[in-house]
Amino acid sequence: MSTHPTTPAQTVGPYLHIGLPWPDGPYAVAEGTPGAVWIRGTVYDGAGEVVPDAVIETWQADPDGRFDHPDDPRGARSYPGFRAFGRCPTDADGGYGILTLKPGAVPGPHGDQAPHIDVSVFARGMLNRVVTRLYFPEEEAANAADPVLAGIEDPQARATLVARREGEGYRFDVRLQGEGETVFFDI
Amino acid sequence: MSTPPDAAHTQPGLYVPGYVRDHDTHPPLDFPGYKSTALRHPKRPLTLLPHMLTEVTSPVLGQDRVGELDHDLTRQHAEEPQGQRIIVHGQVRDSDGKPVPRTLVEIWQANAGGRYRHASDNWPAPLDPHFTGVGRTMTDAEGHYRFVTIRPGAYPWGNHQNAWRPAHIHFSLFGRAFTQRLVTQMYFPDDPLFFQDPMWNSVPDPKARERMLSSYDHDTTEPSWALAYRWDIVLRGREQTPFESEEEILEDDE
Repeated sequence: MSTHPTTPAQTVGPYLHIGLPWPDGPYAVAEGTPGAVWIRGTVYDGAGEVVPDAVIETWQADPDGRFDHPDDPRGARSYPGFRAFGRCPTDADGGYGILTLKPGAVPGPHGDQAPHIDVSVFARGMLNRVVTRLYFPEEEAANAADPVLAGIEDPQARATLVARREGEGYRFDVRLQGEGETVFFDI
Repeated sequence: MSTPPDAAHTQPGLYVPGYVRDHDTHPPLDFPGYKSTALRHPKRPLTLLPHMLTEVTSPVLGQDRVGELDHDLTRQHAEEPQGQRIIVHGQVRDSDGKPVPRTLVEIWQANAGGRYRHASDNWPAPLDPHFTGVGRTMTDAEGHYRFVTIRPGAYPWGNHQNAWRPAHIHFSLFGRAFTQRLVTQMYFPDDPLFFQDPMWNSVPDPKARERMLSSYDHDTTEPSWALAYRWDIVLRGREQTPFESEEEILEDDE
């Protein structure tokens, strides 16, 4: 069925900052929206050094677990100012921040998935993106029943996908390699 | 739209067709020839993620993301940039051959002398005050995109002794699904620098490398104005077409 071979990925390189950032990129939802929370984190390399030349992108459901997209057969509800997509380059300290609404549970083929955010990491030194998922620490029961989390046997590895509370928002660090290495997915 | 708020929790499963996996196409994350991969590749094997709703959707971005002159990198300043004016165009399709319409295409590139307008790029080639090197456009209803720019120069970098990047333009594409997201680079035909370039050579299959190569397109040149290159981009296609489960869900929803 797939007759046309796909185009290979290449690195974003060291000059991604001129091409990828958007002024409103970090705002997956408009500032001042009730319920908006910051997700902040730092990207680390295999030596524990921060990665200042990465871009984080996030994609997620709305608070009802729906997507404003033709392939969500349920259709979208209206959340004014909610784009569901965030993009933030890392700063000199390897830090990023995305302002968003917490997603709802998302149906899967055999029941619900826990609320989650799909996260892409692009960087100089990475020939393709890596993909991970962010889950929420207060969703203990939903996380325990989540089919993706359940597929990760090592509890320490599974824990890398759960953000932690930080102030009014969350912290989600990404470790590309080595101790505490984030779980990345074959997408 | 009369669905109760907790409908998502009471539904049975929701099956959506996924996208083909195209591992054979892409470079490995660990590629010693590109030294910076050493500390930036995961050592644990990747975990298979089945494609569910989050993975088969993506932002539906509109024309509002694109400014009037974003597609023409030669008209973003008071005067024209130095260099060879070129048209870069092509079609975005999926691996079933279907066009990908109304999707955002973003590009960035060095100037004609091979210098990026970036604080970290300080090799001794001049900046061009009339060139930023950033473009955006949406594909049309048939998946076609078109930029006007100048041909970027090659530039040296520190990866190995006397290392030079072949001329290239960075491309970023969304497609219509999270799985289709692609960041890549477009190259020019007959570049003599490929043999020593780890980016180009990181793609294992020589035939796949060729898919990063644009072709000179005389039919699209504009007489006394611009040369042209064509580059078609292929994103991952669907594993299978949607079927009746969608209707079941819609019925449940009512």
